[in-house]
Amino acid sequence: MDKTGIHPGGEHAHVHTDAHGEHHEELGFWRKYVFSLDHKVIGIQYAITGLLFLLFGFTLMMIMRWQLAYPGRPIPLIGLWLGQDRAPMGIMLPEFYNQLGAMHGTIMVFMGVVPLAVGGFGNFVVPLQIGAPDMAFPKLNMMSYWVYFCGGVTMLASFFPKGGAAQSGWTSYPPLAIIAPGQTLWLVGMIFLITSSLLGSINFIVTIVQLRAKGLSYMRLPFFVWAQFVTSFLLLLAFPPLEAAGVLQLMDRLAGTSFFMPSGLVVSGKPLMIAGQGNPLLWQHLFWFLAHPEVYVLILPAMGIVAEIIANNTRKPLWGYKALVYSVVFLGFMSFIVWAHHMFMTGMGTTMSAFFQTTTMIISIPSVVILTALLLSLWGASIRFTTPMLFALAFLPMFGIGGLTGLPLGLAPSDIHLHDTYYVIGHFHYVVAPGTIFALFAGIYYWFPKATGRKMNELLGKIHFWGSLICINGVFFPMFMQGLGGMNRRMYDGGAQYAHNQPLLKYNIAIGFAAWGLALFQLPFIYNFFSSIKWGALVDRNPWESTTLEWAAPSPPGHGNFLTEPIVYRGPYEYSVPGHPRDFVPQFEPEKA
Amino acid sequence: MNIPYTVEERPDTGLANGKLGIWLFLASEVMLFGALFSTYIILRTGAPEWPHGELNVWLGMANTFILIASSVTMVMAWASLKLNDWGKHRLYLISTFVLAGIFLVNKYFEYADHFRRGELPSHSTFLAIYYTLTGLHGIHILGGMIVMAYFMGPGAKMWKASPDQFANRIEYTGLYWHFVDLVWIFLFPVLYLL
Repeated sequence: MDKTGIHPGGEHAHVHTDAHGEHHEELGFWRKYVFSLDHKVIGIQYAITGLLFLLFGFTLMMIMRWQLAYPGRPIPLIGLWLGQDRAPMGIMLPEFYNQLGAMHGTIMVFMGVVPLAVGGFGNFVVPLQIGAPDMAFPKLNMMSYWVYFCGGVTMLASFFPKGGAAQSGWTSYPPLAIIAPGQTLWLVGMIFLITSSLLGSINFIVTIVQLRAKGLSYMRLPFFVWAQFVTSFLLLLAFPPLEAAGVLQLMDRLAGTSFFMPSGLVVSGKPLMIAGQGNPLLWQHLFWFLAHPEVYVLILPAMGIVAEIIANNTRKPLWGYKALVYSVVFLGFMSFIVWAHHMFMTGMGTTMSAFFQTTTMIISIPSVVILTALLLSLWGASIRFTTPMLFALAFLPMFGIGGLTGLPLGLAPSDIHLHDTYYVIGHFHYVVAPGTIFALFAGIYYWFPKATGRKMNELLGKIHFWGSLICINGVFFPMFMQGLGGMNRRMYDGGAQYAHNQPLLKYNIAIGFAAWGLALFQLPFIYNFFSSIKWGALVDRNPWESTTLEWAAPSPPGHGNFLTEPIVYRGPYEYSVPGHPRDFVPQFEPEKA
Repeated sequence: MNIPYTVEERPDTGLANGKLGIWLFLASEVMLFGALFSTYIILRTGAPEWPHGELNVWLGMANTFILIASSVTMVMAWASLKLNDWGKHRLYLISTFVLAGIFLVNKYFEYADHFRRGELPSHSTFLAIYYTLTGLHGIHILGGMIVMAYFMGPGAKMWKASPDQFANRIEYTGLYWHFVDLVWIFLFPVLYLL
């Protein structure tokens, strides 16, 4: 078996029988690693680009945390290098803080987590788990990646023109977003990112519907595939309204229209010369019509990854597979009719609020069902505490905290007190950072052997896990206290100008230290990731003794994935079946005496 | 390596990959134009007054019939392939392309007329949504024309190598084209008549 890294080996050469097809052996470096049509290479490209953007977004956040902890003090190391219009003498300007805030959100959501969770894991794992040779449309797949790449470059470039990057929050509420500088490139970048997601989601749905292996019925799909399936529908149907909204905002900025601009606006003492009659709330509706389903785009693949890893490391079938599937479908459906719970404070009216807080309470039910099913799966198991399992286990309480702290925000009366405070920041970061990102780390440790043929180092993995778990809670838990104390989330001086914040300021310094610690504990991961590609322990096809189809392919699989066409004989989680000699019965092994 | 079901249908789903793909794409397009039509409704219901008679109804109506005719020729282009009549196919595909071109030329005259009178998108909310909706629709027409040009030019070679796949591609192009046509059938009354 080929064990030399991501390089496709020789043992699968005989599968290629098409006379004029593109043999990967004949492909040069550029076609093999850069403009590849192979879903695995594209998945790895997505994953690495996504990880780099996560690191970049995290760096932006650390610069912000310095300013919040020590407002007005020069930023160490890079302060002088930032330039006069961002940080004169290394001291951050409020405008630059706003840019960092808007771009941190945008980068983390649209260029970090989603590309890693959907583009990376979805691309790499889904075709393998359904026994397909590739995605249904390989060229479209490559195009999705490169359109995403262009969007990323556009976003990064937006820091450099005069006036800097977008600075109206990742939500880009008008009228501010239309008046403030930097927004045009943000919108162009978003149109790229949205197009990429649309192409990708079409590809995923067609692949899952059309390319399932023989015997792989819908109720035999691994839960991860179900999660990606629902995620793709959310991307497909929720993103176009934001694309429309982006076009409208571009028109407002470039053609001088007033879609989101009300009449009678006065900026810096001067009345704006526009037609007016626009509706700023319309943007919020269109934006959140995407951005609420987007929350589930962030969380569902994570739940899928965690489900795979929990089943594998508890050596038990998932508790309530069918309930999980029905819940995730229901969740996807409901996510389209909860969006305005982000808008209780906009004056849209109590009838609207009542409707959306009811749907919000309803959508918490399937989330709780999923979390409960995953938790009950642990019951009575002899758990293997591998690094991926540790991250997956941590996901459960972290997502639990994130979800439960969301309930007071979903009810209009308590939201009046909590909205726009650090409580909100704590809430959604618990869902996405120690929630989703931990699940993504779990996935990296879990599927790394499949991608490279080598395992990552367990000791470094555990250092990474425990350090990150402690530090990330140190970052986000104090935010609940700050938020309940009434600290506003957008203060560039950390809220120092207000008397009621004074007792809360000490937490800013504590959060700062937790953030530096969190950065430090990513170093073992970065080292582990690259060194394991070269020196990690060699593994065979199925190092975790798993049941799903991806483990039937060689590690790493060549172009075309499987040596022989896989056939599925049973459900995805047949662990510890009574009467079997081993504690796992893979989907791809025929029943024999 | 061959991807299964690129040409033939998968028995249990009754679909080829491309057909499912194009329908999903159209679903996302429905959401795109749906959002813009919703914008139109919200802006209009919130406006104290809404202009009437600013657009050239006759030109709009002519364009409606041109697009409907192009949808018919598009179907014929596909049907001729199924009847193995390459000459007719070429004729109908070129007709569709030409009709689409005439539509855009008419649209150009409409736009030019507005510009001459100083009616730019920034002039009023009505003109803003008019330009956005018809502009985006026009880009869709242009996209369809590029695809047709490809199948009239370099893409036509596939007919020799894999006729079924080529016929499928023309069918998917047709599905897209009917959708673009349908969007206009909504746009025309909403912008020109109501």
